[in-house]
Amino acid sequence: MTVNRLRFFFSNNHCIMQIHLNGSPKTITNSMTVAMLLQELGVPSTSVVVELNKTIIQPDSYATTSLQDNDQMELIRFVGGG
Amino acid sequence: MLTIGGHTFNSRLFLGTGKFSSSAVMKEAIEASGTEMVTVALRRVDLENPEDDIMSALDRDKCVFLPNTSGARNAEEAIRLAHLARAASGSSWLKLEVTPDPRTLLPDPVETLKATEELVRAGFIVLPYMNADPILALRLQDAGAAAVMPLGSPIGTNQGILTAFQIEIIIDQARVPVVVDAGIGAPSHAALAMEMGADAVLVNTAISVAGDPVAMARAFAQAVEAGRTAFVAGMGSRSKQAQASSPLTGTLTTDLGFLA
Repeated sequence: MTVNRLRFFFSNNHCIMQIHLNGSPKTITNSMTVAMLLQELGVPSTSVVVELNKTIIQPDSYATTSLQDNDQMELIRFVGGG
Repeated sequence: MLTIGGHTFNSRLFLGTGKFSSSAVMKEAIEASGTEMVTVALRRVDLENPEDDIMSALDRDKCVFLPNTSGARNAEEAIRLAHLARAASGSSWLKLEVTPDPRTLLPDPVETLKATEELVRAGFIVLPYMNADPILALRLQDAGAAAVMPLGSPIGTNQGILTAFQIEIIIDQARVPVVVDAGIGAPSHAALAMEMGADAVLVNTAISVAGDPVAMARAFAQAVEAGRTAFVAGMGSRSKQAQASSPLTGTLTTDLGFLA
């Protein structure tokens, strides 16, 4: 059994797991999709790019892309720059 | 008229959007500058301010959006950022920046060339930020860069055009537009670049940190216009010896014989 699997435990009938969001650990439920996480974070999905394990996720796939334990997720957007 | 990547620009002043005190000031400065091209950077979303979005303050109907790859230290990182930028902007415009040394922010020529080749193949309109190296400018142009962006002096230093000699050679040789980028700290620096025959200049810090960024944006617009007009008008050549402006012949009276 891997260390990652050992980190699973049950709460409210949902499996809890951990992803890395913008370089920091983030705990989520295992049924969570990209769209649900964006909503929870209060990030408008039209203003960001989602990169999951170095692959860009297209906006029309946010609702169907489920997050997996130990995923590396980057939420990127434009800021002022020269 | 200036054409880059198939797009025609009336204004030859490009603006960076970094370091403005607020989105409102930035928006007003962009308008005052008359620019039709603005640069932006990509960063991780600040999860403390999830709704903070610069795009809402920018009018994409008026300005081409030029995302940069600032923060990239090598070709691989720049290419990754380029694809994120294309996904975020929905367009292929890209200011390629590869700066391995945070102290100087000078561009890595080898990695910049490597990334340019790959990004051009991937369909990007690549405008590489580069040191003012005439040979590198030719190599980037041959690799398919839509323009070259030699630096006047290091990013954010306001030191002006310290690379005039090399930039003159680049302008003389280039078949793609030359956009002088970085270090332009005063309208006179921008005017000088334009008088030398640069096709455009990119200015950020000098405007965004000015006491009155909106007035400074206007001053830069005037300087770029003046410099361009002077270049088109044809500048007089330089001489080490004085050349009288007034005629040296035709005295008025014998008393003024010394005028002869």
